[in-house]
Amino acid sequence: MINQIQSLGRSALDFFERLGRGHILLLDLLKGIPSVVVRPVLIIQQLYSVGVLSLIIIVVSGFFVGMVMGLQGYNTLVDFGAEESLGVMVALSLVRELGPVVTALLFAGRAGSALTAEIGLMKATEQLSAMEMMAVDPIRRVLAPRFLAGFISMPLLAAMFSAVGVLGGFFVGVGLLGVDDGAYWSQMQASVDVYDDIYNGVIKSLVFGLVVTWIAVFEGYDAIPTSEGVSRATTRTVVHSSLAVLGLDFILTALMFG
Amino acid sequence: MTTRMMEIWVGLFVAGGIAALFMLSMKVSNLSTYSSDKGYDVSAYFEDISGLKVRSAVTMSGVRIGRVKSIIFDKKRLSALVIMEIEGEYDSLPDDSSASIYTAGLLGEKYIGLEAGAGSTDCEEFSMDDSGEVSVEDNAGKDCAPKSLKQGSLIKLTQDSLVLEKLIGQFISQFLNDDDKKEDVKK
Repeated sequence: MINQIQSLGRSALDFFERLGRGHILLLDLLKGIPSVVVRPVLIIQQLYSVGVLSLIIIVVSGFFVGMVMGLQGYNTLVDFGAEESLGVMVALSLVRELGPVVTALLFAGRAGSALTAEIGLMKATEQLSAMEMMAVDPIRRVLAPRFLAGFISMPLLAAMFSAVGVLGGFFVGVGLLGVDDGAYWSQMQASVDVYDDIYNGVIKSLVFGLVVTWIAVFEGYDAIPTSEGVSRATTRTVVHSSLAVLGLDFILTALMFG
Repeated sequence: MTTRMMEIWVGLFVAGGIAALFMLSMKVSNLSTYSSDKGYDVSAYFEDISGLKVRSAVTMSGVRIGRVKSIIFDKKRLSALVIMEIEGEYDSLPDDSSASIYTAGLLGEKYIGLEAGAGSTDCEEFSMDDSGEVSVEDNAGKDCAPKSLKQGSLIKLTQDSLVLEKLIGQFISQFLNDDDKKEDVKK
């Protein structure tokens, strides 16, 4: 009985300890950003591995999500004789919700897990300790460029996801199902507001980018330096950042569109 | 992978992302309809504007010539004051044009349709200052050429938004009255 209460208390303490360490790391990362900006080579390397390499999965899934939206939306709207509103439906749901959220989920799976595994392995092979021995701050040299690259990449990826999705909806709706070409675009333009919808979507994707890369970098840096520890950390990155994205999405949606 | 190739790819990636944002802003959203040239404001009182929104279209002959800028409830007149921004290039609309609230399609959005008048022949000028006071200026004796709407003009002839419930209510009461009359006749 006592043991159970003890273990409960210990896990609660562990939880708060990790939470605290995570936020201290976030502060250190933000403090490290100025030193990264003066060495853009580091960011470009990370933009390549975090952003460019995620491009294909984002663009392809964006196109397919748009096509599915076009197909499903058409089947529903045609019952009301409102198939001209297909463009509005596809664009609003992509720009407001699916663009930022699905991109963040894919980003967590594609880039977040890679970040965690890379940093965790660096820790396991004592590369980070070696850097500290040479008086190189691993937070500034290794973590901050990755963090900044993720933060920059997410809104760009989400914008591409939405744009390609709208084209996918256009391809199915106009190309295959025969919705009027002009109505698709003009109704979209009439109903999608650039500040309310597009910019709020960009803000969402910025927040998600911050949270996902933060979790990924923290899990890697905090991983138990064994192969098992790294694998657990990678799993936790994907699970925690997906949950964080979906939870935050609700809060942000309530704040922005509520 | 050479550094140069990597840099090119990152450049393409950032350019693609910005191009996507640009496409979303210009092609998907209404940014392209935010007119840049300064228009002039015209106002009109309506008894009922239900369904009309800020940024709804103002059209003439079906062509969009402006947007609704703001909608205020006038406490003194107990009616809605709609301020419309007409694009600067349409500066020769007769000042006795009338404004009506129409619906695009059966369930579509409300918009304001302007209909051109003949151009006023009387020499009175209605105008509205910033606080919503309407003043009548008697210009008799001055040059009375047909005037056009300009900054601050008030459109006098307005027709309200059609509300389905009111319409059905009218129809039913008319129907009931007809029934009553028939019964009267039978008696």
